[in-house]
Amino acid sequence: MQRYLAQRLLLFIPAIFMASLLIFGIMRVLPGDVALVILGGGGVSFDDETYQSLRDQLGLNDPFHEQYGRWAWSMLKGEFGGKSLENQEPIRAIVARRFPVTLQLTLYTIVLSVMISVPLGVVAALKQDKWPDYVVRLFTIAGLAIPNFWTALMVILGLLLVFRWSPPVIYADIWEDPWTHFQIMIWPSLVLAWTFSSYLTRVTRSSMLEVLRQDYIRTAQSKGLAERVVVWRHALRNTLIPVVTVAGIYLGTMLGGAVILEAIFGLPGLGEGIVDAALNRDYLVIQSLATMLVFMMLAVNLLVDVAYVVIDPRISYRS
Amino acid sequence: MQEVVHQKHIFRFSRIWVSQVLTFSRKKPVGAAGAAILLLMVLLAVLADVVSTHDHLAQNAYDRLQPPTFQFHLFGTDSHGRDMFSRVVYGSRISMYVGLVSVTIGTLLGTIVGILSAYIGGKYDLIIQRFVDTLMGFPGFILALVLVVSLGASLNNVVIAIAATFTPRMVRLARASALSIKEEVYVLAAQSIGASTARIVFRHIFPNSLAPVFVMATAYLGAAIVIEASLSFLGLGVPPPHPSWGRMLQEGARGYLEAAPWLTIFPGLALTITVFGFSLFGDALRDVLDPRLRTG
Repeated sequence: MQRYLAQRLLLFIPAIFMASLLIFGIMRVLPGDVALVILGGGGVSFDDETYQSLRDQLGLNDPFHEQYGRWAWSMLKGEFGGKSLENQEPIRAIVARRFPVTLQLTLYTIVLSVMISVPLGVVAALKQDKWPDYVVRLFTIAGLAIPNFWTALMVILGLLLVFRWSPPVIYADIWEDPWTHFQIMIWPSLVLAWTFSSYLTRVTRSSMLEVLRQDYIRTAQSKGLAERVVVWRHALRNTLIPVVTVAGIYLGTMLGGAVILEAIFGLPGLGEGIVDAALNRDYLVIQSLATMLVFMMLAVNLLVDVAYVVIDPRISYRS
Repeated sequence: MQEVVHQKHIFRFSRIWVSQVLTFSRKKPVGAAGAAILLLMVLLAVLADVVSTHDHLAQNAYDRLQPPTFQFHLFGTDSHGRDMFSRVVYGSRISMYVGLVSVTIGTLLGTIVGILSAYIGGKYDLIIQRFVDTLMGFPGFILALVLVVSLGASLNNVVIAIAATFTPRMVRLARASALSIKEEVYVLAAQSIGASTARIVFRHIFPNSLAPVFVMATAYLGAAIVIEASLSFLGLGVPPPHPSWGRMLQEGARGYLEAAPWLTIFPGLALTITVFGFSLFGDALRDVLDPRLRTG
């Protein structure tokens, strides 16, 4: 088990290195460079000399690997690549403010999704091809087909028209104002959880169906165990392995959805920060925030791999 | 005489085709319904000039924010007085174009790189696969977003960005299927008579690894359309004057959500129906072409 975890941790380092290199590389391909954005921002004209000296000052004339090295080092030191081009705010402060919001949204979504999808998947499998199964299938098909940003808009519209109420627009921290925090976080979490749990419910259902046909389930049934014990004790644990795998696979899709939902609900998270910076062409902020988002995804994937070992002890013996 | 034979051949061919379509719809009614939705959407895109009731770009200050009515504007009008029905109809063009082109590029590129990676193997395979690992570790939407920001928002850049998110997944899939095909006896036979690498790859491995690739491509079509709409919704996608469903949603949601809900309801509905069609058709196609991929 320790060896497995150690291996998994070691893989994390090249993965984040490659991802950051890729983001940095993409941001350097841009047609208009950072210096032009700073100079052109105010709509004032400038001469070539100012432009070149600013490029020097920003280190844009250095070779690519030096630029990357400098940036990566400042990421590691926790400075996250300097200051915002737009308002000179240290990116460190931006990350510190935004990272927890996205992390919370992700965690709420995962918890809600598991709470929704495990019972639904199990019920659908037990009542295969009967009405509960059809209801669950309808829930998942709709969850996968309806783009979640449209669901979000319809939720806001519905709340407005029916309850004359809209979620608070000013974000509140969970420790300072839990009730406002709940009101603002519940809707984006639910919308995201609908999509995410649709994947999970489908897998739970098909995995449960497969497990229920296994010999050890028949043994458990034939020795007279209550159906409840057979399903929840013997079958469920074996059902969960593919579910966890799929959760890991679709995590990226979920984070992509989180970006848009943060923008719609005005949650000051990493995703909203990226969109905001993108509209202002604030490259320094984009590359640091995008890297943090990928970092978060890789970290959660790491947790998923740890979860495997907890669910299925046999996995640790794998070479 | 020859002419007659030729015609007969065509006739038989089309009869087989028709009977195949009928068999498919009998076996997979839901999939056929999906296919029908897609056909409708493609027709809508192609015949947008005929179907639309108004000029989709014509602004009319007197007709601002009119609610939907049967006589005048089926889906109402937007804040510039443009007819929403016509705009939604023209929007299908952008969605279909972006979906089809980006998935085609991603699929072709991914399949070729994937098969070569499997066939050549060794260091080439290793390097390609590490690169693919990196790209796949990325949330697809974030990659597309960063690319669009970097390249600049234009129709073709959106296509490139979306294609880039699918390519690594296609590489992985094509590689997996080529790895098993590579060991087949007919590939060995081709090698033993001295066929070139290019010939083996394109004549033997490529056609035989297409089934799973094709199934995946159908699934990605729906996803590509949603990514385009999402980017446009955020104001980072297809720029005006192209009428994109995503941007219509943005315009509707910004300030008119409650005052003119039809601006957000109809484009979203069109988007949902299209994605729904792709997913129904894709699932049925998967069951028919490649039962191994069935997950539930």
